[in-house]
Amino acid sequence: MIKVDTDKCLRCGGCVGVCPVSALELTEHGIKCSGRCTSCKSCVNFCPVGALSIKDD
Amino acid sequence: MLSNLPDEVDVLVVGMGPGGSGAAKRCAELGLRVIGVEKRAEIGAPKRCGEAISRHGMTERIGIEPKGPWIVQEVHGAIVYAPNGTSIKVDYDGPEGWVVERKVFDKHLASLAAEAGARVIAKTEASGFRRENGRVKVTLKSGNESKEVTSKIIIAADGVESKVAREMGINTFNKLPDICAGVQYEMAGIKHTGNMIEFFFGNDTAPGGYIWIFPKGRGVANVGIGIRKPWAKKTALEYLDDFVQSRPELKDASIIEVNSGGVPVGGFLTDAVDDNLIVVGDAAHHVNPIHGGGIPEAYMAGRLAAETASEALKARDFSKGFLKRYDKAWNDQRGTRLKKILKLREVIETMSDDDLNWLAEYLKGDDLVEFSRGGSGLVKLGKILMKKPRLIKLARKLL
Repeated sequence: MIKVDTDKCLRCGGCVGVCPVSALELTEHGIKCSGRCTSCKSCVNFCPVGALSIKDD
Repeated sequence: MLSNLPDEVDVLVVGMGPGGSGAAKRCAELGLRVIGVEKRAEIGAPKRCGEAISRHGMTERIGIEPKGPWIVQEVHGAIVYAPNGTSIKVDYDGPEGWVVERKVFDKHLASLAAEAGARVIAKTEASGFRRENGRVKVTLKSGNESKEVTSKIIIAADGVESKVAREMGINTFNKLPDICAGVQYEMAGIKHTGNMIEFFFGNDTAPGGYIWIFPKGRGVANVGIGIRKPWAKKTALEYLDDFVQSRPELKDASIIEVNSGGVPVGGFLTDAVDDNLIVVGDAAHHVNPIHGGGIPEAYMAGRLAAETASEALKARDFSKGFLKRYDKAWNDQRGTRLKKILKLREVIETMSDDDLNWLAEYLKGDDLVEFSRGGSGLVKLGKILMKKPRLIKLARKLL
């Protein structure tokens, strides 16, 4: 699963465009990550402002 | 407000950026019943780009006169900087492009669609797409209101997130080397902004992309960056901040806006249609792969999508097989050229900073213009690369 640093996130939705399994969604309240997430880190590596990280279970 | 909308339309356009507005306007002109929805509260905001449009893009692909409050700066040329600071200048006598205020410009395009007869509605989200009896049922939501609408065709213009296409069966996701991570500042209080757009290249400055400074008049400029993994070693924001700190004209200027975004530069979807579905703009990766611009491409794709939709209505055929003619129209009018440009970029992106510095000595401004258009530039670059034994292999890819 993905953790979003809401202080850094600009809600651009770019990460949604790199998620191969459509686990991310840009909602009115920011980026939401669903259970489909495989922790592939594409979005973490992409994020222009470094707002995403992998959540430890 | 949703209650005022019709229950049934010919086309539902999702996303009212330039692609959606181009589609909605053309649909209305062709006499189709069309609704255009935008999930954000304001069309055009937040913007996600450098805001510059070339003369050809503005007058031919979008097809409007560059007049109105959305034009903030005429562009009389460009300066491109190699990693060592060597510059190549493209100079024109008059405006060959414009920097626009996207928030005003996008609303203008949406209002042109409304004027033509499209129903446009902001802060309205479309979801739950389901195909039934050859049509698509969609749930529109705005605040506490919701409404079911049936449409024959959906034009998905919902940007790089591309939720609609994914829900309807096309996985539009971008692999990391195929998408630029972008951050952009609007800066004010810059001493001299002028009428030239500037581009800065280098593997330490903006790996896999470039930094731009686009003037917006009165000491204001759009200063931004696009970079790509795997070349990038830190975030786009960190690269941009380092650049701003290193530039005397920027380091003490003010930041009045911050935006980020993804630019799909890896080549467009070859299959941008499915039953009842046409995908346009960023969602279909309709972007010039060398400079990342996509406003005219999206608008044009929207127009082509509308024309295909109109033909489909006449033929009463909304199948993928019929809608395929949109892919062909896109290829004929723009796609084939963009593929050439992609090939050119794939050669340039494998070059080291030393190679780029060396190359800058051989290039003139006109060559760079040709590169961005995908014209004779490929052969010209190939011939130059042949001069350096180490680059012959690359040259062969172009010749």
